[in-house]
Amino acid sequence: MNYFPDEVIEHVFDFVTSHKDRHSISLVCKSWFKIERYSRQNVFIGNCYAINPERLLRRFPCFKSLTLKGKPHFADFNLVPHGWGGFVQPWIEALARSRVGLEELRLKRMVVTDESLELLSRSFVNFKSLVLVSCEGFSTDGLASIASNCRHLQDLDLQENEIDDHRGQWLSCFPETYTSLVTLNFACLEGETNLVALERLVARSPNLRSLKLNRAVPLDALARLMACAPQIVDLGVGSYEDEQDSESCLKLQAAIRKCTSLRSLSGFLEAAPHCLSAFHPVCHNLTSLNLSYAAEIHGSHLIKLIEHCKKLQRLWILDSIGDKGLEVVASTCKELQELRVFPTDLQGGGNTAVTEDGLVAISAGCPKLHSILYFCQQMTNAALITVAKNCPNFIRFRLCILEPHKPDHVTSQPLDEGFGAIVQACKNLKRLSVSGLLTDQVFLYIGMYATELEMLSIAFAGDTDKGMLYVLNGCKKMRKLEIRDSPFGDAALLADVNKYETMRSLWMSSCEVTLGGCKRLARKAPWLNVEIINENDNNRMEENGYEGRQKVDKLYLYRTVVGTRVDAPPFVWIL
Amino acid sequence: MENVGVCDEFVNLKATELRLGLPGTEDGGEEERQKVSCCKSNKRAFPETEKDIESTGKTKPASPPKAQIVGWPPVRSYRKNNIQTKKNESEGQGMYVKVSMDGAPYLRKIDLTVYKQYPELMKSLENMFKFSVGEYCERERYKGSEFVPTYEDKDGDWMLVGDVPWEMFVSSCKRLRIMKGSEAKGLGCGV
Repeated sequence: MNYFPDEVIEHVFDFVTSHKDRHSISLVCKSWFKIERYSRQNVFIGNCYAINPERLLRRFPCFKSLTLKGKPHFADFNLVPHGWGGFVQPWIEALARSRVGLEELRLKRMVVTDESLELLSRSFVNFKSLVLVSCEGFSTDGLASIASNCRHLQDLDLQENEIDDHRGQWLSCFPETYTSLVTLNFACLEGETNLVALERLVARSPNLRSLKLNRAVPLDALARLMACAPQIVDLGVGSYEDEQDSESCLKLQAAIRKCTSLRSLSGFLEAAPHCLSAFHPVCHNLTSLNLSYAAEIHGSHLIKLIEHCKKLQRLWILDSIGDKGLEVVASTCKELQELRVFPTDLQGGGNTAVTEDGLVAISAGCPKLHSILYFCQQMTNAALITVAKNCPNFIRFRLCILEPHKPDHVTSQPLDEGFGAIVQACKNLKRLSVSGLLTDQVFLYIGMYATELEMLSIAFAGDTDKGMLYVLNGCKKMRKLEIRDSPFGDAALLADVNKYETMRSLWMSSCEVTLGGCKRLARKAPWLNVEIINENDNNRMEENGYEGRQKVDKLYLYRTVVGTRVDAPPFVWIL
Repeated sequence: MENVGVCDEFVNLKATELRLGLPGTEDGGEEERQKVSCCKSNKRAFPETEKDIESTGKTKPASPPKAQIVGWPPVRSYRKNNIQTKKNESEGQGMYVKVSMDGAPYLRKIDLTVYKQYPELMKSLENMFKFSVGEYCERERYKGSEFVPTYEDKDGDWMLVGDVPWEMFVSSCKRLRIMKGSEAKGLGCGV
């Protein structure tokens, strides 16, 4: 192996791109570690507190792309208070001071400020790609900096961020000479958009492939934009609402017909059904369709659209499509790989829009299905067993029965057997979310069969510590475990402390874990950050006499090589 | 049997429920929990923007009210807001009226039942469209402002917002229009 000069080895390494594989290469020998270090282009940091910028730069001095994730997953559901952490500023400052020629930055659940964006835009001459997912803390002023200063920007992709919208002038900050735009996604902006600036930008962007508009872009503007960019591959439609202008609709139809490269469609935030049919001519080429925000479109119109989409691989939809609609999907979309069905009735106990029948139909009709997220009101073990038989190829299986603790609605039994069948049949299962009435038994099955499982989400499930223990002992590849409102306590938490070194993180909220237990854990495992998140500041836990037995609201622990973080707010107590 | 079991679970859940309201404020707590479940932003414990006011609405479900659990169902706030608003509209809850502003390219919709009085409504409109009407007074109406809020009532007539008692306004308002510029002068500025 070492008979080759380093350049040759490095050239071979260039073909190895996955993070896991690069990591494996680096462990082979010292020489390979060194070569890999200097040639690593893309760095992925799944928990921004597992390491710090200085150590990152010491190990990888030459990378071009950085991916950082901040808050834990349950932050998406308001379980992590504002100000908890995940600040990108120190990272950008450190990178700016170094000689890294950063070209791409991808952030998820991090706090980004306008100051950070400004610094980013000024520090890296070749910066090309900014992708922000579920981030917060910045405004359109920050976007203006990016637009003004990043001469070689190709991608500006803002997915579901909380952005303070100071109203539309950031688009005019792209210089007239700027023509390299490839991706522009500002669907999550709530305010007015400078349509003139947008149209001019699109008109001078011949490489534009992906354009996702916000709700402030009306129908006629959409038609003009599509006419300027017939090469578009991925389109997020803005607002169709109001002023039913049939002339605009005709113009839109004409423009759409020219978009022969269109493969992905999304948006429809405020959509009137009559314009949906304008897209029928391009449906036969679509591979991805996201109608999950189109709450105003009746199921029947959705179905009419989907009937034309025979090549669909990815479908995100609302449960208003109903079981009948899912049957249409099952018979039409034979290439379907990923399906997400979101709820329209968040209260639960409303009309049963989709049931176990819809899920079974999909599993029977779509042989390539490997990822599913399914919100429903009811489920049965029989259905899950059938689904497992039909689809043994699931990689991601997330089922959310809206009412906690709901049993099999036919037999009134827990859903242990159903989920058991899923984990037994799906040997490649990497991600699982369980729901409904579940006892420790389901976790026995998961521990036994889910050998590849990396992420598990548990809510309102289990009876005793045994449940959690089955999982911790059985799932050797577990990386992220998140549990809420389940009766697991200190015994399970402390049984195998070293397990947490093999995992990225553990979240437990509203469980039976006590402060005493957490303290013991922190003592045994100094390489873990054990965070207690307690929103009631006046509830100073250490002053309470019964502290040992006091239950902890929220526990978040993660392995780290850089010790306790210094930016924790007062309501976070790191043991 | 099953139902009793489920109810017990809910009672227990309530005990472990996280509340963002101040300790000791039962009602405040309830509202806050509702807001948290529907709230767009997890930044603020007390939502202030009109977006939040819009989306909380006054959801009075027809079925027996279930305890609202924080962070459940596991749907992102961003998505929850979108769904909640549409649901209220389709079930006829709340009183949604369209709001247009002269010069703005698209309309908005607001739920009048969310507000208790005119000042709240005006503040919300001001936030939404980024303008200012100044104060309303009997004699000079919206003095000194380029913008004048008007509404179309049940009879199809265009009226100045603020003239009639709030309850009468809510029950008769069909849509709102924020007039701007010279058209407005005639009505608002007492010139």
